[in-house]
Amino acid sequence: MLRFAAGRLLQAIPVLLVVITATFLLVHSAPGGPFSAEKAVPAEVIKALEAQYQLDQPLWKQYVSYLGDIVNGNFGPSFKYPGRSVNELIAAGLPITAELGLYAMLIAVLIGISAGVFASLRPNTLQDYVPMSAAMLGICMPSFLLGPLLVLIFGIYLEWLPVSGWGDIPGDKILPSITLGAAYAAYIARLSRGQMLEVLSQDYIRTARAKGLPEPLIVVKHALRGGLIPVVAFLGPAFAGLLGGSFVVETIFQIPGLGRFYVQAAFNRDYTMILGMTIFFASLIILFNLLSDMLAIWLNPKLRHGSGAAKP
Amino acid sequence: MSTALATAEKGSSLWADAWIKLSRNHLALFGLAVVLTLCLVSLLTPWIAPYGYEQQNLMLGASPPSAEHWLGTDVFGRDMLTRIMYGGRVSLLVGFIATAVALLIGVLWGAVAGFVGGRVDTVMMRMVDILYALPFMIFIVLLMVVFGRNIFLLFFAIGAVEWLTMARIVRGQVMSLRRQEFVEAAHSLGLSQWAIIRRHIIPNTLGPVIVYTTLTIPSVMLLEAFLSFLGLGIQPPQSSWGLLINYGVETMEEYPWLLIFPGIALSLTLFALNFLGDGLRDALDPRASKD
Repeated sequence: MLRFAAGRLLQAIPVLLVVITATFLLVHSAPGGPFSAEKAVPAEVIKALEAQYQLDQPLWKQYVSYLGDIVNGNFGPSFKYPGRSVNELIAAGLPITAELGLYAMLIAVLIGISAGVFASLRPNTLQDYVPMSAAMLGICMPSFLLGPLLVLIFGIYLEWLPVSGWGDIPGDKILPSITLGAAYAAYIARLSRGQMLEVLSQDYIRTARAKGLPEPLIVVKHALRGGLIPVVAFLGPAFAGLLGGSFVVETIFQIPGLGRFYVQAAFNRDYTMILGMTIFFASLIILFNLLSDMLAIWLNPKLRHGSGAAKP
Repeated sequence: MSTALATAEKGSSLWADAWIKLSRNHLALFGLAVVLTLCLVSLLTPWIAPYGYEQQNLMLGASPPSAEHWLGTDVFGRDMLTRIMYGGRVSLLVGFIATAVALLIGVLWGAVAGFVGGRVDTVMMRMVDILYALPFMIFIVLLMVVFGRNIFLLFFAIGAVEWLTMARIVRGQVMSLRRQEFVEAAHSLGLSQWAIIRRHIIPNTLGPVIVYTTLTIPSVMLLEAFLSFLGLGIQPPQSSWGLLINYGVETMEEYPWLLIFPGIALSLTLFALNFLGDGLRDALDPRASKD
């Protein structure tokens, strides 16, 4: 287990290096410098700005010094917000996005697993069809549609919940969390239903039933562990999806989190900000993929002793 | 494997079997009908759209659904049905072309890796693993920023993301087929490599490829709508469902139909494609139980 984790961590280093290099080259090959889009600025001012941001250096020198900065955890200054660093913006946005992501993930996991298990207990009956149709709806209803509709219904027509903000008015965290979590709840419900159906038809479940164990005990103690493996493996990719989803949800609900900063930086062509945040997101995603892989191995003894090559 | 034998005994081809299974699945048939209708409407839009794409009626302004404008009009008095039809053309086009890009790269990559095997396979699949770990949603946003919001780039960028899973599926299928008895038998009968590829490998790989292609189209359309919603995808005067939803959100308090109708169009399409994909998977997956 430890060896596996260490190995995967070592593998993450070249991946990160690829991300940093690709992002760096992409951003630096962009047509027009970061200061050229604004209205006519005297040439000396641009020169001075370029010197300040080291843009007058050869590319490889910029790259080396950028790598050095990143190793030290310094993502550089923001082009758009003078005097603020990318680090400061990440520090300001991260707690909010993390909280939003946590609530969304909780909703997704709790509702998703219970709906999936519930549906799998009586396949092809109403108990199966109703939650699974809802799940299908959740998958086909993108967050940028679900969010506004929820706002329209609960915020504007019924006036039950605030329509935007984060932590200003009580209850304003509910709609964004649901909007972000809904699609993942739907995926998890489908995944856990499918796997539970497979697990429930296994011999060891039949043995447990033959021994006369009560059904709830069989489901919770014997089947659930196997039934959750694909869900856990999905959590890593889901985390990456949540980050992407936070772009939309934070824009709709005007939440000052990382996602909104990223979209704003994309609009403003704030190069250092995009560069820094892309690398930051990539590291987070790699870390979470690693965690979810390790959890899946812990849940599945078959993978623990094998080579680990058997990937679904 | 046993089902492959069973199919041979029965003497009905996989495709005939699949069609029978599919035609028993009402949801999948509904999906197929919706998808075909949409394709037809998209093809014919310039001739059957009730109004011109840019035709404004500023006197009318935003009006709710009526006999003249079935789905209402937007703030410039433009007919929503017409705009949704034109938007659907773009959304579907992005869906199909980006999927085709993903299909081309993924199938070639997976087939080469699976066929050549050995060290080439290891290197190629390691590259897929590495790319899998990259945050692609973020990379697409980055690409759109760096190279401007170009629709062709959008096809390319989305296709470049979606080929990875296709490559894995094709490789896995090719690898497992190569080791099957009927392929070994064909070898020992002296069939050429190309004949085996044509007669056994391609037909048996086609099923999973078709299924995954059907499921890729909705996820690509969703990605396009997502980008357009953020203002990073399709740019006006072009229109797509994501962009229409984006406009609809701005005025949803006063004119909810501007949000609801494009939303229904997008959701219904995604719904239909997903049902069709699920139905095809059930019909074409040889491992699925025969009942």
